[in-house]
Amino acid sequence: MTTLTQAAPLTATRPAGFDGALRSEWTKLRTVRSTVWSLLAMAAISIGLMSLFAWLLVARRWDRLEPGERAALMHNPLEIILSRPEFFSQLVVAVLGVMVVSAEYTTGMIRSTLQSQPRRLTIFGAKVVVFAAVMLVVGEAIAFAAFFVGRQIIAKRLTVNLGDPGVTRAVIGLGLFLAVLGLFSLAFGAIVRHTAGAITTVIGLNLIISNLTGALPDSWGQHVNAYMPVNAGVLILQPAQQPGDVLSPWQGFAVFGGWTVLLLVIAAVTFQRRDA
Amino acid sequence: MIEAVGLTKRFGDRLAVDRLSFTVQPGQVTGFLGPNGAGKSTTMRMILGLDRPTAGTVTIDGRPFAQLKRPMREVGALLDAKAIHGGRSAYNHLLCLAQTNNLPRRRVGEVLEMVGLTQVARKRAKGFSLGMGQRLGIAAALLGDPRILMFDEPVNGLDPEGILWIRNLMRGLAAQGRTVFVSSHLMSEMENTADHLLVIGRGRLIADCSVQEFIDRNSELAVRVRTPESGRLAELVAGAGARTVPDGEGVLLVTGLALERIGDLAFDNGIRLHELAPLQASLEQVFMEMTKDSVEYHAAVPGTGAEA
Repeated sequence: MTTLTQAAPLTATRPAGFDGALRSEWTKLRTVRSTVWSLLAMAAISIGLMSLFAWLLVARRWDRLEPGERAALMHNPLEIILSRPEFFSQLVVAVLGVMVVSAEYTTGMIRSTLQSQPRRLTIFGAKVVVFAAVMLVVGEAIAFAAFFVGRQIIAKRLTVNLGDPGVTRAVIGLGLFLAVLGLFSLAFGAIVRHTAGAITTVIGLNLIISNLTGALPDSWGQHVNAYMPVNAGVLILQPAQQPGDVLSPWQGFAVFGGWTVLLLVIAAVTFQRRDA
Repeated sequence: MIEAVGLTKRFGDRLAVDRLSFTVQPGQVTGFLGPNGAGKSTTMRMILGLDRPTAGTVTIDGRPFAQLKRPMREVGALLDAKAIHGGRSAYNHLLCLAQTNNLPRRRVGEVLEMVGLTQVARKRAKGFSLGMGQRLGIAAALLGDPRILMFDEPVNGLDPEGILWIRNLMRGLAAQGRTVFVSSHLMSEMENTADHLLVIGRGRLIADCSVQEFIDRNSELAVRVRTPESGRLAELVAGAGARTVPDGEGVLLVTGLALERIGDLAFDNGIRLHELAPLQASLEQVFMEMTKDSVEYHAAVPGTGAEA
């Protein structure tokens, strides 16, 4: 067995800062299988499942659709390519985002992490930046791939081009939306610290509570519903503001971003303060 | 040097650490002893800034751990072998830690070599035995070649060879002038490893002294006497003010009377002695005696002895 004395001595090293934390978080993200599997699942849903549903819709069900729905789809074909698959892919993003922080707590890794860098905001900031960057790159890649694949599949009945008003913005918007949703989930992972609990919170909030607010009386329902995080965020996937929408696409995205920033601030404060 | 002043941690209405003040000096192994639940781990967690003290301060060479510019170069710690994401390989686990402190990548291979995990470097930590996990934790502690090392119950789960290895490692690190702070609830372990002792019970400091001092100060010297006439001798030494405890057929344990006086008494009264031997109380016995009032959880069955 060798002993410590036989290793080459470490020479002076640079202070531990944000750059080191970024590299470390990138290593962490890429060296667990769940990241790769989750990103593949995102791609499979957004491109594969979308293609299947789109084909079923235009090739099998088209003639049986209500005239109103058919008109709506002709007005906004991106509903098929971007919006409907998003309903499913958001589940994967929620899981992945939550796990960026919660997995450190459930595995105990957080104690190693904070021993190597006790400045907690440095760690938290690095997690946010690295995960946002990865989600943005992967999200945009998936968004454009989905658009070009989906557009071919529905071409028999519907046409949509990047040059159409609002379409490029909506496609780019999907990548932005997925990145922000990832951070929204990451914040919950840091606040709740239990993977299952945080995932349930995010999904419950976005899929159930958000929709229940629509049942509030009078214009209350409409307004509260519109300002719920994901309800507002998904507006960016529409080429234009629909009649009856309270918020425009960019306004909706700004509301979602605002919620996310608020949650990240709460998450950073709790991450800083609580015992690890 | 680690310095704690009035360090206190309260969890709800339970006082885990109660106004601890101590220093841990470089160049020696300082044992941190106490029964389970005495507050050893909580104290170590506060040193590393993982837990926030309710009151008091603890510093590394005068500064809180969280203010150190190169934390891994200053302090390396093994708190528990489970502070690992099991899905990551040993190599990648160490790599992501090394990167936070801008340590060279080659260092990862070096510490894996030191702890003997080179063969399984690319295996996921999930499949590691407790002993291998412990070695990986030690590798992480050694990564930054730190001046201060802390180990919380490091021999847990190690086989005898592993125990010997870590004992030598700790002695070697201290001999290089480093500060080594190691906790244990096993006295026998400390007796073999530590130079200095901090003993705590129920969060309070009970003793802060060298190992030898600790034994001398806290153990009454006992003498073991074997004689065919144990009944007569017991009466004689009792008359001289000593206490005796029978310890098997024809054997007495005598306390409160010097060994020479016992021998003289026997000689003067014509009692044959087959054995007259000083008993050095082991650290274990002394510790059990000292901390019996401060054991957090007593075993349900009386008389089972060492529950700590």
